[in-house]
Amino acid sequence: MTEVITQTPPILTGAPSDKERKYDRQLRLWAASGQAALESSHILLVNSGTGTVGIETLKNLVLPGIGKFTIADDAIVRDSDLGVNFFLDEDGLGKSRAQHCTELLVELNPEVQGDWFPKNGEPLSLPDVLGNEGPYTAVLYALPVHPRCELLLQEYCNQNKTPLIAVHSTGFYADFKITFPGPFPVVETHPDVTATTDLRLLSPWDELIDFARGMTKDIDSLDNHEHGHLPFVVILLHYLDVWKATHNSAYPSTYAEKVAFRKMVSEAARTDNPEGGEENFDEAVAAVLKTVSPPSLPGDVKEVFAYEHDSPIRSSFWIIADAVKEFYEKHGCLPLPGGLPDMKAQSSVYIQLQNIYKRKARRDAAEVFESVRRASGGDAIDPAEVDLFCKNAAFVKLINPKNNDPERLLEVADEELANDEMAKEGIMPPSLFPIYLALRATAYTPSVETSFPEDILKDMMTLVPQLGDQEPYAHERYEQAAQEVIRGASGELHNVSAVMGGMVAQEMIKIITKQYIPINNTCIFDGIGSRCQVLRL
Amino acid sequence: MSDVTMAEATSAYTPESTRVDETKRWTYVDNIRTNPGPFSDPIAGTQEAIEQFDKIKVLGAGGLGCEILKNLAMSKFRDIHVIDMDTIDVSNLNRQFLFRKDDVGKFKAEVAAAFVMRRVKGVDITPHNCRIQDFDAEFYKQFQFVICGLDSIEARRWINAMLVSIAEEGEDADSLIPMIDGGTEGFKGQARVIVPTITSCIECQLDMHAPRAAVPLCTIASIPRQPEHCIEWAHVIAWDQEKPFPQLDKDDPEHITWLYQKALSRAQEFKIEGVTYSLTQGVVKNIIPAIASTNAIISGACCNEAFKLATSAAPPLGIEDNYMMYSGNDSIYTYTFKHEKKPDCPVCGQLSRPLQVNPRMTLQDLVDSLAVRPEAQLKKPSIRAESKTLYMQFPPSLEEQTRANLDKTLLDLGLEDGQNVVVTDPAYPLEFNFSLQFKKEV
Ligand SMILES: [Zn+2]
Repeated sequence: MTEVITQTPPILTGAPSDKERKYDRQLRLWAASGQAALESSHILLVNSGTGTVGIETLKNLVLPGIGKFTIADDAIVRDSDLGVNFFLDEDGLGKSRAQHCTELLVELNPEVQGDWFPKNGEPLSLPDVLGNEGPYTAVLYALPVHPRCELLLQEYCNQNKTPLIAVHSTGFYADFKITFPGPFPVVETHPDVTATTDLRLLSPWDELIDFARGMTKDIDSLDNHEHGHLPFVVILLHYLDVWKATHNSAYPSTYAEKVAFRKMVSEAARTDNPEGGEENFDEAVAAVLKTVSPPSLPGDVKEVFAYEHDSPIRSSFWIIADAVKEFYEKHGCLPLPGGLPDMKAQSSVYIQLQNIYKRKARRDAAEVFESVRRASGGDAIDPAEVDLFCKNAAFVKLINPKNNDPERLLEVADEELANDEMAKEGIMPPSLFPIYLALRATAYTPSVETSFPEDILKDMMTLVPQLGDQEPYAHERYEQAAQEVIRGASGELHNVSAVMGGMVAQEMIKIITKQYIPINNTCIFDGIGSRCQVLRL
Repeated sequence: MSDVTMAEATSAYTPESTRVDETKRWTYVDNIRTNPGPFSDPIAGTQEAIEQFDKIKVLGAGGLGCEILKNLAMSKFRDIHVIDMDTIDVSNLNRQFLFRKDDVGKFKAEVAAAFVMRRVKGVDITPHNCRIQDFDAEFYKQFQFVICGLDSIEARRWINAMLVSIAEEGEDADSLIPMIDGGTEGFKGQARVIVPTITSCIECQLDMHAPRAAVPLCTIASIPRQPEHCIEWAHVIAWDQEKPFPQLDKDDPEHITWLYQKALSRAQEFKIEGVTYSLTQGVVKNIIPAIASTNAIISGACCNEAFKLATSAAPPLGIEDNYMMYSGNDSIYTYTFKHEKKPDCPVCGQLSRPLQVNPRMTLQDLVDSLAVRPEAQLKKPSIRAESKTLYMQFPPSLEEQTRANLDKTLLDLGLEDGQNVVVTDPAYPLEFNFSLQFKKEV
């Protein structure tokens, strides 16, 4: 009777899966939720021209693992493609460019599917690609295209509520424009962590008050170790009480008062200890100007609260936004996010304080959740979504596109021309609007090889008649942009398209994951000055 | 969509004509090279400029290597060297697009060079599977540019110092080897052009990359509050006490698991939430998030500068603006500006850099502070003052002789306000001159 003792191998609890290991560096940016959104997306690229910028964009989407891409492109591979597009080689010469690019792109990530049209030498039917192969999460097309093709894409995206992106890269210049199908709200904007501290020092609740008073009622008789480990939140709450007692129960509110308050805190630090000072008091002093202020409503959140959204189908975002607005109107502040920055303190004290903030945040979120439940359509909303919203409440952002406003281009032109009056003095960099306009003027021209700068300048002036009235200096900049666009003869420079492909992919990732803040709505890249400008057009 | 359709294509190409016409192939690059634009240098498009371009030899290095090699090859650079000591890890595959799962463990430089040469016929890429520090000035002098996408600030500072010293010793313009440097972190990055001795250098710009504040040892040892504190405890204290494996290998999942479990039990003891395997790995390896799109933007911007420098087709960054910052977290924002050269730069300046010190601090405190001060960032500094050696890290015999000085204060050591000290560090091939500025006693 021998007992077999089997040694169980140590289980690697929590160790990442193969996929988590491969995507580790990006999961740290958009987490599993963002990754899942990417993996269920399907991107359509309608390619044209020298065909590189769209392919570079897809490369940057295939690598992080979108679900699927489809390329619609009826060009065949020519020698000149091999000098600009890395995802082609001589085996593809004379064959479908869409197919060959697809084959070389799917190699990058076995988890991504790729498809292409047209097949078998048939002519490309864009309506079929749009109607039969979707739905698409986003549609990207490369300029120049035929206006008829652009119209088809616009109609599809409008009907299906799909974001549409147009990109144009030629020579050293490039731009892209995102057309959102409607208001685009973002909850997970990922603000800088230092910006998210919200301690409510001027509106403490009972539990926090009791905790702070409990620690500071005999503050002067604490021994040096205890005194030197009071969390700075507790220190500030204590001295705010002291301040109020001598200032008609009012908190320090003006800058001068805050400076005086800061001096009060600073003088309360003990200096007769071996270190000659106290780190926790240093932290308290440093935090005064930032944290001793009443809660305020950030402009972006005001915009969300003010946005008219009476459409019959209300998304969960708007139901929660309404509930948060109700909370704000009732309490005069947003739900508490509940985070506590690190600060010098004993472990157990810090954890208690952290839990006080967490519990309050949970109570606030529960209150919001209650009113979400009462709203029509609110019964299906996941409490986790409400929690996420409450945690990010001060940083939610609404991209509010005002599409198809014909006056907008002229408005922007005026603003940018005014900007250049100041740029002339060297106060600010010159506007990139001339580049935008030169690209726009050639967006439907298959090749500018035979065009002259004067032709393009004339088209630019048709778009923006004000150009005719400009002084020679301003005028010259538009002329130069036209010359530069001609110079490339509608060919791409690989580097510029690589930059643009990175930016377009990054914006598409933000849109698909609904994390971070996408541009609203046009980005211009100047490869000569090495800079970008974003305009809302 | 293109003007050539599939039907035309079948007639245009017969199977045997699949050799590439090199002239047609480079149509677009050559358009730009041969047709000067309104912003081009007068030399652009001349026979001289064209011939010069064809002789250019360029060096690429670091984590942006895949992008850089692709971009250089597609810009018609023909003679490229690449240095990278690293081997391919599975976590590279989300962005380093020349590598596949089967390549894991192979040398990056070798695999990347072979891939690009296979794809772009006619380009010659020489891989070096080693550290940039393994080469001397003679090696670096053969290049017209160096493009770095290095992930360590230490390696950047080293190559910067090398190129500045080549420029200082050289007699002609050929010894000015511009360095184009790119770096990324998440959705952010920067691209900059350094013309050694002429423009601000990496060392001048050091304070733009201040190291993260370290957690005090007493917090780690006795009052942890954050999951990171528990992980640091497992990493620096528990590992040393228990030595579960002879040497910590941060890439070995078994070692990371050991640290993770140690950190987790410490966190439970202190009721701290948030210790995960992923966080453990992130803290121990100091992982910086990295994505394909940002790498594409920054590498594209760097190689665009190289192309402009090499062809004069448009003014490059350098003499005027020399630094482009990119941020994609919130919309897209770039800031392109001129970072000024610093006269007290220890590499390219003439003056010694002031160092604020408390005269009552010990030499040990000074040595420790050099690692974290943004203007120094020296981890293994040896210090001497004019004729007197204060502390030497190497060799061991000198270390032993000078160790006693560590406990003495600056005053005890006879140092004075305004005194110059020379600091060396094995990571860099140069001396750093500092002048001590005594803080006034309050
Ligand atoms: Zn310098």
